[in-house]
Parts: sequence; C-alpha cells; structure tokens
Amino acid sequence: MKFISEFRRSELAEGLISRIHRQSRTPVRFMEFCGGHTVTIFRYGIRQVLPKTIDMVSGPGCPICVTANADLDKAIALSQIPDVIIATFGDMLKVPGSHSSLQEVKANGADVRMVYSTMDALNIAKENPTKSVVFLGIGFETTAPTIAASILSAEEKGIRNYYVLSLHKLCPPVIRTILDSGEVKLHGLICPGHVSAIIGSHPWEFIARDYGIPCVVSGFEPLDILQCVDMLVTQVENGQSKVEIAYRRGVRPEGNREALKLMEQVFEPCPADWRGIGEVPDSGLRLRKEYQHFDAELAFDIEPGPPYEPKGCICGDILRGVKTPLDCQLFGKVCTPGYPVGPCMVSSEGSCSAYYLYGEGFEG
Amino acid sequence: MERGLKDKILLAHGSGGKLAHELVEKSFLKALANPFLAKLDDSAVFDLSGRLAFTTDSYVVSPIFFPGGDIGKLAVYGTVNDLAMSGAKPLYLSLAFIIEEGLPQSELEEIVNSVQEAAKKARVEIVTGDTKVVHRGSADKLFINTSGVGIIPEGVNISGSNASPGDRVLLSGSIGDHGIAVLSQREGLSFSTQLESDCAPLGSLVAEMLVASPNIHCLRDPTRGGLATTLNELAKQSKVSIRIEEEKVPVREEVVAACEMLGFDPLYVANEGKLVAIVPAKDADKILKAMRENHYGRGAAIIGEVKAEHPGRVVMKTCLGASRIVDMLVGDLLPRIC
Repeated sequence: MKFISEFRRSELAEGLISRIHRQSRTPVRFMEFCGGHTVTIFRYGIRQVLPKTIDMVSGPGCPICVTANADLDKAIALSQIPDVIIATFGDMLKVPGSHSSLQEVKANGADVRMVYSTMDALNIAKENPTKSVVFLGIGFETTAPTIAASILSAEEKGIRNYYVLSLHKLCPPVIRTILDSGEVKLHGLICPGHVSAIIGSHPWEFIARDYGIPCVVSGFEPLDILQCVDMLVTQVENGQSKVEIAYRRGVRPEGNREALKLMEQVFEPCPADWRGIGEVPDSGLRLRKEYQHFDAELAFDIEPGPPYEPKGCICGDILRGVKTPLDCQLFGKVCTPGYPVGPCMVSSEGSCSAYYLYGEGFEG
Repeated sequence: MERGLKDKILLAHGSGGKLAHELVEKSFLKALANPFLAKLDDSAVFDLSGRLAFTTDSYVVSPIFFPGGDIGKLAVYGTVNDLAMSGAKPLYLSLAFIIEEGLPQSELEEIVNSVQEAAKKARVEIVTGDTKVVHRGSADKLFINTSGVGIIPEGVNISGSNASPGDRVLLSGSIGDHGIAVLSQREGLSFSTQLESDCAPLGSLVAEMLVASPNIHCLRDPTRGGLATTLNELAKQSKVSIRIEEEKVPVREEVVAACEMLGFDPLYVANEGKLVAIVPAKDADKILKAMRENHYGRGAAIIGEVKAEHPGRVVMKTCLGASRIVDMLVGDLLPRIC
C-alpha cells in the first residue's frame, strides 16, 4: 500500500465529497485544532468542496504560533549569554519576539543552530564541552517525548552542558479553555493526528461527554480530512457525540505508552502562557525536580524585560478561532511571509501563512 | 603526515607559483585538454557569428558529491541549461574554482574529470579557467563558477515575457528529484533513498523542440525555488496568469514521501535537469512529442495553460477539484542545493 498517493486519489475524494453533501443538513461549525490539518485543508482547497452547511474554523494547534512573546524573549535573552549555543528546530528562527528574532540575533553573532532532532542538539553539547547548549523545547505532546529522551540520555552519559528551555504545551486543556470561554460555538472537533498518536484518543473524551461535541481524530492527507468531516457530519445528523478515530494507521485509543512514560518520567504539568488565550492551568510541562539541573531558566539568569505585542496584529483572536486572517488589517499588506508581523504568518502551520500562501478567499 | 600533505590542496596551490602550475598541468590540462586551453594564454580567443547568449552561475552545493552527480557536473549542466533556456546552442564555458585548503587532491581530480565528462556530454568546451585557494573555513570545500556563451539560431525568440493567453504549459519530467537527492545526504538528516539527482544537459532537448516548432515562447529550468517559483516568474514577466492541474504534474512517489516527511511541497523543490516550456496551443502536441522522444524529456507532460485574467498569478486545480494559489518560495527551503 502506498501511504500517501492512496490518500490523495481524486475518485475516492469525489465519493466522500458527495456523501458529505448528501448527509449534511444542519448548519455546523467544525474546528480543526491542528495547524497541520489547516495546511492540508488549504493546500487541497477542502473548504471549497464542502457544502455551505459546514463552516470550518482553524484552532490554536500551531506550537510556534501559541508561544507567547514573553517566552520567545527568554530564548532570545539566552542567546545573548556568552558561550551559550541555542539549538532549535528551524521553524523558530524567523518568529519575531518583542524586539528581535533568533534569525536577527544569529546574524548579529549569536550562536544559534538549526537542528533536525534533539539528539543533534545533544551531540552539539558533546562536541562543545566548554559551552552550554540550550535546546528550545517548543511543541506539543508530539515533541515532548523526544526531548524527554534527550534529557535522559544526557543524564545517562553525564553530559552536563545541555539544557532545555521547556515551553511545551498540552492540547486537551487549551480546548477546554476555548470551549469554556463560549466565544466560539463548535459542533465538531477535528482532533490532531500526531498529538493523538502519542496521547491516544481517550484524552478527548471529556469534550464529547461534557460539552456534547463530536470528536474525530484525523490524519493529514486530503482523504483523511474528508473522511473525518464525513464522520463528524454523521454524528451531528444522528445526534451523537463521541470520540472516533479516522486515522487508524497512526493512532491507537491508548496512544504510545512508551512515549507517554518518557514524558511523565521527565516532565510534570504546570500552568502555561498561550498567545491570545493567556494562562491555562496544567497546559505546560516543566522538568521534574530530579531533572531540574537541565532547566535553562533555572541555570541562567535572564531578564528579558516586559513583552511587547505588535500593534494591529490579531494572531491571538485568530488562534482562539474568533477571527480569521481576512479580518486582520495587516494581512497581506504589512504582514506577509517575507515580512511577517505575527507568528501565524511565519510558521508554515500558521493560519495566516496558509491563507496567504494558498489564497483562501481569492476569486478565480 | 608527509603523505597526508601531499594528498591535500594547500594554499600554495593557488599562489600562482610552482605548485599552482603543477596543479593546472596535472589536474586541469590533462583532463580538460583542448586547443584553447593548451595555448595557456590569458584569454581564450575564438570566432563566433550570429546572436550570442552569455550567462554565468556559481555553484556552492553541499555535499559536493551527491547521488546522481557532483558539483562539477552541476556547474557544467547548470550553465549549459541557462544558455539552452534562451534557445541558444551552448558552445564555450569558463571554469573557476575557489578551493578551501585541505581538500583532498583526489576529490578535486574526481570533480575535474566529472566536469570533462559533463562537457563532452553537453558538447561544450571549457576554454578558460582559474583556481584560487582560500584558508580553511573561508569556503566550504569547493565553490565553482562557470560562465558560458552560445549561439541562438535564426528565427528563435525565447523570453520569459513572451507567454500569451491560450498558450500551453509543458514540463519535461518529474519534479523535485535533485533537491531531495541532495538533501538525503545532508549531515543530521541522512535518510535512505534510491533517488538520484536529475542533473542533466538540456541543450539537445531544446534543439529538438525547436526543430518541432521554432515558435516556443518561453523556456526556463525550474532550479532553486522549484516549479512554483519558475511559473510565478513567467506569469509576472509576461503579465499573464498560469493555471496548472495538480494531477498532471509528474512527481515520483519517493519525492512525495520525502516531502511529506520533511514538510515540503514538491512544487518548491529544486530540479537540475527539467524545463518548463510555454508554447502556442497549436504547436503543443508536436513539441510534446519531440520532448518525449528525447531521453531527457521522456516524462514530459502538458500541465496547464496561460490565461489573461489576474496577471501575475499562478493557480492550481487540486486533486479534489478545488483551486488554490501557488505562490513563490519565500525564504530558503533547502539551503545550498546548487
């Protein structure tokens, strides 16, 4: 079986699209939580092929976008300390903090290195014993286990110059916050595929049970999304609300136990600051006491100063699903992927970037 | 140690002194032998008549050897292809090396041999050259610059500004092979693939297309920035829009898979042996036939057409039948792939 082209076949897509059109009667709003899903939806024009009854709204599922400026400023402050090497996934480089971006401080001489995995960062630490390597731990439940593994490996090998700035975020708690705010009325949730591959589908149960909202875990190909939408529509039309998986090839209900074990061994939940949403209890991860000597915030004395939000940028509202990029006065004029003002335009998974690159709302 | 030194390029190899002369004679003249170089004069002197095309490009690919090619082959084909894209028959190339001290001589020789082989295949001659050696850290192993001249046949007028509404858009084969092949060898990212770079000389393909019809409006090789960027350049230059169909654009399964893994869109991944042609609708089929009969165009396809409305815009019909904008590449997707 081909795992990609099979999930892009137009004749199968046609079948699903017409099924959705036949089934959907009730006007609904579905949110795709995950930025990866947002990209698929825009890249294949999925909103255009859905019936008028279905309104799609993007959620806060882009880890870079939801990182608060105050946290970005910490990373930039760390990069200014002599003999500190910042190791980060490439997406972070261009994200503007309050006053600067990692890309800018790098050009000015800071040692910022792009890595493809946490183990690369660990190797940099091993190769530079007189320097300190700080890995920027940004991501959801998907990346946290690999960072936990790097910390355990550093502990085992006695690598003492490796640190993590833990800005991890957990997905289920923030959904609860968004639903509790009552700002957006949702009738279905497309649950993130990669996050669910780690945590399983059980952590979404409360949404179906307590809020009566149908949930379906989806993969990232266009047919995955269409199947997921079809399953959500079926639940809505049958008056059901349960958690289903439309991504069986990637997700088991119980998740990945090994990865969860690693994560729990190294991290514990803590409050986290989300851009546009504010502090959400138990939605962050900090290092447990036994591993606190790897915590960059404790190891280095940094005072980044008060954060500053760019004037006119509505990334926060977009992340809550309250507004769309088309509502933003800066969108496509002052703020473009080449000169981004807010993080949602920088990250390849950001809503603004998806709207801009794939031309949502264009006639033609 | 003695042996180790002997095997490496030293700063003295670029000094213009004895070692430099030895290097030129042993490594370059032997491999690239031709009457122009043999004269050892400061300039190559030759007669040409007709409309000339002249182009230059620098090559900084890392790693310098990759599946399906190396920096030498790339430096020849890249410049030959730039000449071919104006419809010219490529003739003469210059070849300038900037070498980081410490490069093994054997690697340099391998690359010079590859340059020669590529020049032979592309039917061009290397008529002048230069070598500089810089301190360790001032370059990354080896950088090459090539410039080239060619002659444009009578009656041929190819330019990026010639596309007009109704024209068809042709692509000579699958996209993304080069970028993904190079990337698969990157330190810290190495993944296993059977994929090879598509690095190839396109002079003969263009010549045969021009025989089929001299009315070709635009030719361009979608190198850095990929097909998406090339189509955007052509749409903007010609003040037209281009509409392509996703399902008609050939992409190998391995490239699709690697792109998914890395988060790339194949439309933005570099090619080194492909071309985009924009031709009048009435000539499209015969040009397509000529392309498919050439080794380097056997995977050719008509992927879209040129429209008048929304000048400068590239739109793609997706596999779901929806439409989306295809923008230019912003920033660098894959650093140093050519």
